[in-house]
Amino acid sequence: MIPSAYSPEEARGLWVFLEQEAGRLEGVALELLGKGRELAQARGVPLTGLLLGQGVEPAAREAIAHGADDVVVADDPLLAVYTTDAYASVAAQVILDRKPETLLLGATPNGRDLAGRLAVRLRTGLTADCTGLAWEEGTGLLLGEVSGFGGGVMASIKCARHRPQMATVRPGIFPPPSADPDRAGRMEFVPVSLDAAKIRTEILERVRHEGVDITRAKVLVAGGRGVKGDFAPLTEIARLLGGEVGASRVACDLGWIGRDRQIGQTGFVTRPKVALVCGISGATQFTVGVKDAGLIIAINSDPEASIFEEADLCVVDDLFPVLEALIAELRGAA
Amino acid sequence: MKPLDIIVCVKLVPKPEEVTVNAETRTLDRAKARSALNPPDMNAIEMALGLRERHGGTVSLLSMGPPFAAPYLQVGLAMGADHAYLLSDRLLGGADTLPTSLALAKGIAKIGEWDLVLCGEESSDGATGQVPQGIAEWLGCSQITYAMDLSFLPDGRLRGEREIRGGHEVVAVPLPAVVSVKLAVNEPRFMDMERRRNPEAVTIWSAADLGVDPKWLGFEGSPTVVGAVWQAKSPERQRQFLDGTPQEKARLLAEQIRRML
Repeated sequence: MIPSAYSPEEARGLWVFLEQEAGRLEGVALELLGKGRELAQARGVPLTGLLLGQGVEPAAREAIAHGADDVVVADDPLLAVYTTDAYASVAAQVILDRKPETLLLGATPNGRDLAGRLAVRLRTGLTADCTGLAWEEGTGLLLGEVSGFGGGVMASIKCARHRPQMATVRPGIFPPPSADPDRAGRMEFVPVSLDAAKIRTEILERVRHEGVDITRAKVLVAGGRGVKGDFAPLTEIARLLGGEVGASRVACDLGWIGRDRQIGQTGFVTRPKVALVCGISGATQFTVGVKDAGLIIAINSDPEASIFEEADLCVVDDLFPVLEALIAELRGAA
Repeated sequence: MKPLDIIVCVKLVPKPEEVTVNAETRTLDRAKARSALNPPDMNAIEMALGLRERHGGTVSLLSMGPPFAAPYLQVGLAMGADHAYLLSDRLLGGADTLPTSLALAKGIAKIGEWDLVLCGEESSDGATGQVPQGIAEWLGCSQITYAMDLSFLPDGRLRGEREIRGGHEVVAVPLPAVVSVKLAVNEPRFMDMERRRNPEAVTIWSAADLGVDPKWLGFEGSPTVVGAVWQAKSPERQRQFLDGTPQEKARLLAEQIRRML
């Protein structure tokens, strides 16, 4: 067996990596603080945030307000924007020094970019893309719940002898905690000694779209192949209900709508109060992304569509007349 | 620019819809599932072939898996890849991301000359998406994950457009580099039937060929273990079919939606 950099006997504490963008914590970082608070309490250990960036002291305070007992902050101009080399180097150094027992990261593109690199550097185990976290009874090991094979199979994974036990967690799984600005916590700034010449990645250009985040929508109006490229009625219904438009992978593959709205195994896992699923046949690949919705409504012209197995209200009909009638109905009430 | 030697890491996976969980033994039943090359890896092969068309060089496929993976690698060869290598040994079985990335890194080093390693975004079975970063770390080279487009800057550095949360960025890294290719960024080409009829041989290497302590490989080298496996279950749904005209159905829907909000 490949030994990890430190042993279970030396390890202590639950850490969450606090991904931030321009000094503001990402949604998944808040979600991890909420779940982390609960897990830390259950195990009787402190919850520590690991925060890398530039000018991130306000974000550290935000983390404390959301449940961190202390925040280890590495503040440096070379950490202003995420690069694999800079972040992996600083994170590994801090972790080797402080030896956390558990490290959770958000399964965002950069969270995963870092986690995969860091796990090998620390010679430890990584449970990727968790949809649930718990302590195993008796052993106190972290159990990461993951899905595979297009979402049809679930498994729990644990890491017995390597530390930190690392896991990435899907955004939108755990509810974000409410903030308590009076909550007390400790901030600790660690020295950073990065050599600019050793950061191999140069960022040439960076574009953030004005943030649609379908994992937070109360209402999701999702379209698939059956919408035939016309998302206009879905957009209108989403607007009338204060929700967001989502899509199946096929609709995204066909270029009808952006990937930031893709629901399912390879997109986002969502848990809206209402999911209105339009013209989507209902492969597991998709349904895994809405299975925890409060109410699922399916509209499909094919009575045999498997989506009806997963729906509360089933409408077998041509899509557009029903959507037009629903728009009229919702407008009438407004 | 000099020609590029590209290695594409690919994996044979069971077709997801054909894998079930044996409720009694709580283990995966893959016996009835047919296999295929991992679909995201096809995007990586296509990107490699596209780069070779522009810059010349070679494309080699590298896989770790059972001996019956060899004919599937020939599909990649028929698409246009030059060479294929398969790491196949019982000692490599049951590996999680740490020993998998180590074995692939050793395989890459054994192939010899290379400038660029491409991988699919993730495998459709385990779906960890963490192996490319692991390979990059073992090889000590730079990485670009979730790349949507690759090209070269005049100074020879690799330019990659990659996904970030809620957007994208353009980065430059020096070669050699490991890249994971974003799913569905291109349309993988069909096999050339001529090449299919005269398949290249696949080079097969055992664990011993990799020169690694076998304790670092496969199941034994894996820090993580699977505790339990179960079939995913959704909450029970009402499955109530609505009757009437579109207007009547819409009225019922609106009522039910309002009740939830």
